[in-house]
Amino acid sequence: MNTFLRKRFLEQILVMFGREPRKPEAVSEEARQIHLVKRTTNKEKLQAAAAHAEAHMNTSHKWRNRRWITLALVNLFFVFSYYFDVQILEGALTASRFIGFHLIDLNSALQVMLAHKHIITNLLIGTATVLVLWILFGGRSFCSWVCPYHLLAEWAEKIHLRLMREKLVTDAPVDRRLRTVFWIVFALLAVATGYTVYEAISPTGIVSRALIYGPGLALLWVLALLVFEVFFVRRAWCRYACPIGLTYGVVGIFTPLRIKYTLESCFHEGNCRKVCLVPHVLDTVIKGRAVHTEVPIGPDCTRCGLCVDVCPTGSLTFDVKGLSKLL
Amino acid sequence: MSNENKTDEPPVPAEKPAGKPKPPPLSRAKRQELRRKFLRTLLLTGGIVGAGLSGFLPLVYARKPRLRPPGALDEKDFLASCIKCGQCVQVCPVQAIKLADLIDGVGVGAPYIDARSQACDFSCDAVQCVLACPTGSLTYNKPAFMPVRPGAQLAAKPILIPKEKDPEPTLNLSERMGVARLTRPEMCLAIKGKGFKGPARGHSFRGKMRYMRIDRWKPVPIAEVRYEVEECDLCVRECPIKGAISIETVYAPDGTQRKSPVVHEPCVGCGVCEMICPTEPVSIEIVPREVWRA
Repeated sequence: MNTFLRKRFLEQILVMFGREPRKPEAVSEEARQIHLVKRTTNKEKLQAAAAHAEAHMNTSHKWRNRRWITLALVNLFFVFSYYFDVQILEGALTASRFIGFHLIDLNSALQVMLAHKHIITNLLIGTATVLVLWILFGGRSFCSWVCPYHLLAEWAEKIHLRLMREKLVTDAPVDRRLRTVFWIVFALLAVATGYTVYEAISPTGIVSRALIYGPGLALLWVLALLVFEVFFVRRAWCRYACPIGLTYGVVGIFTPLRIKYTLESCFHEGNCRKVCLVPHVLDTVIKGRAVHTEVPIGPDCTRCGLCVDVCPTGSLTFDVKGLSKLL
Repeated sequence: MSNENKTDEPPVPAEKPAGKPKPPPLSRAKRQELRRKFLRTLLLTGGIVGAGLSGFLPLVYARKPRLRPPGALDEKDFLASCIKCGQCVQVCPVQAIKLADLIDGVGVGAPYIDARSQACDFSCDAVQCVLACPTGSLTYNKPAFMPVRPGAQLAAKPILIPKEKDPEPTLNLSERMGVARLTRPEMCLAIKGKGFKGPARGHSFRGKMRYMRIDRWKPVPIAEVRYEVEECDLCVRECPIKGAISIETVYAPDGTQRKSPVVHEPCVGCGVCEMICPTEPVSIEIVPREVWRA
């Protein structure tokens, strides 16, 4: 990793906690060359090429479909394992046992540890297993590949965007530092009151339990969140509130699995930023901002692959750090 | 941010070279947008913190204590440590454990037992729910620093009648869930000296129980079991814990003699007596988290 990328890596951690991305002060020589070439290239020619690419682009949904199938399978696995009493996967997303191995959601575990202040071995084992699992599989990929609320919110987002196209609603972004504030507030509440209050409102837990144990009135809260996201703030919960996302984001700092951006082939059309749940991680695709020829996307990225699907030039790809060197 | 999004769509020339010491004063529109964003942020903060605090409401309006699964820590510790995964629900062979909803007054997703509709009859033989609990909310051995309320401790490990003849006849349970109490003696058939015929809770009752005389391992619907007793003793007859309850002859204040169920120290508070009691309203109930008072 060169100094530019190292600096960006650290900066992306701050961006995850809510800082707005900025134009880099300096970029590597190789990147500068490409930026220069791009600036001097005939703009019309580029646009024509872009239009061409766009025309040829029959919108791929490869990664989205894979992800939706994975998400559905994971959640249905919980449901059917209980329904048919096969006892392979017991529990809900907050904590479960897979063929006897404890798996415990990191944020729920943290809440319980903070509230209860006593950690038993099983809790520790389950938490460590899940930590290792998501270090391997990319941190916030929990959000887009497993969390059932994410899928509901994705559909709500589609409605929101349609209403926006019809000029019936407007998007109203909120300060992203809010999520960090919520994380701290809920952690402090757990410590101070000895009650895991976040679990009472966590849409992830509520939806997961509703799927497995049957629906309840708590779903009304989830419905209220979705309505809010459709009519007011795009993806409000996942973007600005969910402490689970931030917890897994921190895990994402240490994961080798990420999206990789290649500067040279990019047309800087910004389609990726339009479909992205967390467009601040894609600031590097703005013209002139890439600090190097290849830039890994930061830890707040959910590895959902929507940008990979939408990119007509293949400038965004899934990548495992070090693997390409190995192969 | 939204401005940037818009300007990014066509390949625009790169932004003006950086390196200016101070950014120019913001335009009016930009200032307005920032103000709106700030207000929205405040609004969302208020909304979600408000919703978050409403998570405490169930604790406030929990009018009466609920019966927790066996081996549960004291209420405060229980609520702190329960991760609301429902693994205890999944292992229970009679589905006695339910997860609380928004209005149940015990915290969303926290497990409880409604003994009248389905009691814990220990038909799992081994307190499976405790074994399933990943956080120690339900536990065989309470950590040393957690005090045991006086009278909550069982004098001895309870002997489970269905496995009385096994080499290990006891349940691994050291504290009681509650204590059964004859809350409506005026309703009790035993006290009235009456018998009982028919299914204990009527034909439409959904509860299940293990009957040793029917099947050692498989709980059957209570509605399918017909009773015919001269003097009602269903609570004593079906109690799964040895020595927890018996029919005794008691003397009323006016000196008259009569029969009555009497609860003894080994009672763990499982609620089978409450479930099986054929009177409506029920004569005997579990007082959750009640301790034994000699």
